[in-house]
Amino acid sequence: MTALAGRPAGVSTRRRLTDHVATVAAWAAFAAAAIPLVSLLVTVVTRGLARLDMTFFTSSMRGIVGAGGGAAHALWGTVLVTLAATAISVPIGVGTAVYLVEYGRPVLSRLLWFLVDVMTGLPSVVAGLAAYALIVMVVGPGARSGLAGAIALSLLMIPVVVKSSAEMLRLVPTDLREAATGLGASRPAVIATVGLPAARPGIVAGVMLGVGRIIGETAPLLLVAGFTDSLNLNLTTGRMATLPVYIYSQWQNKGADQAAYDNRAWTAALVLIGLVLLFSLAARLLGRLLAPTSLKG
Amino acid sequence: MTFELALRAPELTGAGHGRDDTANHRLAVVGLTASYGRSPAITEVSLSLESRSVTAFIGPSGCGKSTLLRTFNRLHEVTPGARVTGAVRLDGIDLYDPRVDPVTVRRRIGMVFQRPNPFPTLSIRDNVLAGIRLQYRRLRPSGADELVEAMLTAVGLWDEVKDCLGRPGISLSGGQQQRLCIARVIAVAPDVILMDEPCSSLDPVSTAAIEELMVNLGRDYTVVVVTHNLQQAARVSRKTAFFTVAGAGEPGRLVEYGDTAGLFSAPSKAQTADYLAGRFG
Ligand SMILES: Nc1ncnc2c1ncn2[C@@H]1O[C@H](COP(=O)(O)OP(=O)(O)O)[C@@H](O)[C@H]1O
Ligand SMILES: [Mg+2]
Repeated sequence: MTALAGRPAGVSTRRRLTDHVATVAAWAAFAAAAIPLVSLLVTVVTRGLARLDMTFFTSSMRGIVGAGGGAAHALWGTVLVTLAATAISVPIGVGTAVYLVEYGRPVLSRLLWFLVDVMTGLPSVVAGLAAYALIVMVVGPGARSGLAGAIALSLLMIPVVVKSSAEMLRLVPTDLREAATGLGASRPAVIATVGLPAARPGIVAGVMLGVGRIIGETAPLLLVAGFTDSLNLNLTTGRMATLPVYIYSQWQNKGADQAAYDNRAWTAALVLIGLVLLFSLAARLLGRLLAPTSLKG
Repeated sequence: MTFELALRAPELTGAGHGRDDTANHRLAVVGLTASYGRSPAITEVSLSLESRSVTAFIGPSGCGKSTLLRTFNRLHEVTPGARVTGAVRLDGIDLYDPRVDPVTVRRRIGMVFQRPNPFPTLSIRDNVLAGIRLQYRRLRPSGADELVEAMLTAVGLWDEVKDCLGRPGISLSGGQQQRLCIARVIAVAPDVILMDEPCSSLDPVSTAAIEELMVNLGRDYTVVVVTHNLQQAARVSRKTAFFTVAGAGEPGRLVEYGDTAGLFSAPSKAQTADYLAGRFG
């Protein structure tokens, strides 16, 4: 008591001042981050609402030159390409993470980690070119397909999945590994029953982050999936429109009725944001439903 | 008989105990050295464990008791860089023979750890059955219930948990968790049970319960208990091995091994006498 009372009053005043300054600074930083975000959301919603109608979701741009039409073909394209990219990335990404954490030999895993780091910063257009080179080898020059787009996007998504899965696998307590190993579980059984359940949140987070990374990608899709005005539900053959490419082309190639093209672009942007939310929810839900039950009764 | 055949865990036919009761479950250690990287943690250990009885390992911290214990079920080699030389024989078969699969060894030699480690996502019931499922063994549908009841009864937990088998294993108290871990080990019907300071994190009442359990287990299994508690060693074990270590960086060594009663009342080595008198460690 005496010790506290004996302190010079200046210290406590200075402390209170520092506290005030820090609080104001934190609020300012928050506002600086939040204002552009809110403004962006408000703009997309207000301008996107104009064409948020049934037709937008049910019709393509086939034969449309002015007002009307929709983005059904691009919406389906984005859904299919994103699902395909996820289907490619999750097994490869989780498998790589399991190898790195559970089996990796020092030299090889350091090399692999380096590659994963490099891939994280891979410019998306390079991923598109790589996928294009691949599809040219397999199908021939000039070929475009949704699958090629999915392959390009998976190059961007795999490192995200690897990182977040490996992070969680590393956190599995030694206690539990040894409990399972000591009970006569083989290495794969330990991974399947102790490792992967623990990594599940990391895998889900990886899918959510990865989808966020790829769903707005335009350049690689422009290169290898191409663009079309018609609906194409076949991933393996033919050009496939996607929402980002749709937005780009609406904006870029406006016809006489400019407002119609602008409105479609904004609505497509709004739908794209909604789609990201849907994918995040789905990843969470799936992660919960796919709870490994091999050890449960 | 091939090594593989000799070491195959007996099929689980009935309520859990399909193990070969005619075998001796005799564990013998010959010239064993275990190292982490280049530095040996314990060296030149030779001893023969009495089958179907409790043996205690005592000695100061860092003398390599845990390391030695973990060589018995080949868990030592799971640590990166860990190495073992010498032999551990179970009923005459060298567990370190290259033809022997370490997974098979661990199915016959169970382990209870210092800190209770039930699987956190599993219920009490599923924790008991975890070993069987991890080994991909099959049970008759009714077999599972019988086995769970039999194992929990054997560890004295049945009356306490029979109404809440679906609750998570980690919701139990520390002492109950440790008994659950013992149930999990005996459910896979091993020949040998290794316990690494199983009571060191428990209160006196739980410790007493586990000690009683050790004595009971010693009738059917070859049990090895590492303990810091000399009274515990005296109470539960028939034989005791005393290890010590000369100093930091030195490997631990076996000093004396013999009947617990004899070793405690008339140790033959001065070091043992000093340790028992509390002069070091
Ligand atoms: N994972 C490990 N890596 C490196 N050294 C270890 C490891 N575990 C134990 N040691 C060393 O081995 C020696 C024996 O340890 P331990 O077997 O745990 O002794 P005790 O159980 O008798 O206390 C100690 O010097 C310890 O530092
Ligand atoms: Mg120890």
